[in-house]
Amino acid sequence: MDDDILLKLVLIMAPLSLATVGGGQSILPDIHRQIVDVHGWLSESRFVADFAISRMAPGPGSLIVTLIGWQVAGFWGAVICTFAMFVPSSLLVLALARIWARNRGAAWQIAVEKGLAPVAAGLILAASLTLFRAASGGWLAWLVAATSTAIILRLAVSPLILIAGGACVFLLMGS
Amino acid sequence: MPDQTATSASARPGLTTLFHVFAKLGITSFGGGLSGWMMRECVQQRRWLSEDEFLAGLAMSQALPGVNVVNLPIWIGYRMAGSPGAVVSALGVIVPPMGIVMAMAATYGFLQRFEATHLALQGAAAAAIGLSLSMGLRSGYRHIRKLWPACMLAATFTGVGLLHFPMIEVLIAIAPISIALAYRDVRAARANG
Repeated sequence: MDDDILLKLVLIMAPLSLATVGGGQSILPDIHRQIVDVHGWLSESRFVADFAISRMAPGPGSLIVTLIGWQVAGFWGAVICTFAMFVPSSLLVLALARIWARNRGAAWQIAVEKGLAPVAAGLILAASLTLFRAASGGWLAWLVAATSTAIILRLAVSPLILIAGGACVFLLMGS
Repeated sequence: MPDQTATSASARPGLTTLFHVFAKLGITSFGGGLSGWMMRECVQQRRWLSEDEFLAGLAMSQALPGVNVVNLPIWIGYRMAGSPGAVVSALGVIVPPMGIVMAMAATYGFLQRFEATHLALQGAAAAAIGLSLSMGLRSGYRHIRKLWPACMLAATFTGVGLLHFPMIEVLIAIAPISIALAYRDVRAARANG
């Protein structure tokens, strides 16, 4: 019975691993359908809370699958869901990394690296804009974000201090 | 423009260092600035790879299936220490945050009652934007001084950030052009010298 659930979890998560793009938000509707609608393993409100927690927590946002696995099938459910989510896509990246290493210095490879660099810079800026828009806290959030940007560009301060500073500013202003 | 492709194989990190670095990045990244943070750590501070190599890895991590903040450590880990390096880097960025997310879930009902929890997390997330933005500005600045990279950067930013086109489609449209232009430069540079 227990093994059966674990196997089902793997069969749900592993294909989704290869359907994930970007930050991992794209597969949430599918996970929701399988876990809440099809199997009824979690309630709607539990799923929403899991989503909120995985967004707040540090690390990859897609760790929502860890929580789902944990609540559906305990510790091994958490472990198995997480690995099913990450292993298939990881093998693909690893394969590409190997091809890359074998062809070091080839003209096409240098061209790919030089060609992708400005595109990636554009992606980082676009992601920053999205984060700016999504930040909750209005003008205070924008002020904190702008200040921390300026500090990082000018000083070699540890990002952790900035993060803690941002939390403190909100606590002081909000209370 | 200084050639950054030839950057050092100076200090190749061992497996323990790789795990530590990515575990630290994993558990201290709030609010989505993780790739900016990785660039700061791996390129600016530890000089494991050049900025172009990092950015190319980032673009490929985003284009391939999978979560990009996991794909990128695999890419970097493999460059540093082969397959074992890829495995420990991925584990570093996944496993410690797994513990934290589970601990948060266990205490969520309790913490949620306090306004302070929400405020602190909002503030942390706002400050974390600075990491992403500063990296974008820094790497952007390097590319706006040459015509075609500046155009590619602007086109990508406009497509994804302003027009909200799907990222993959923007990459499929722009990356080949950008790579072709870079290839022409590389060929020209090799012919000249």
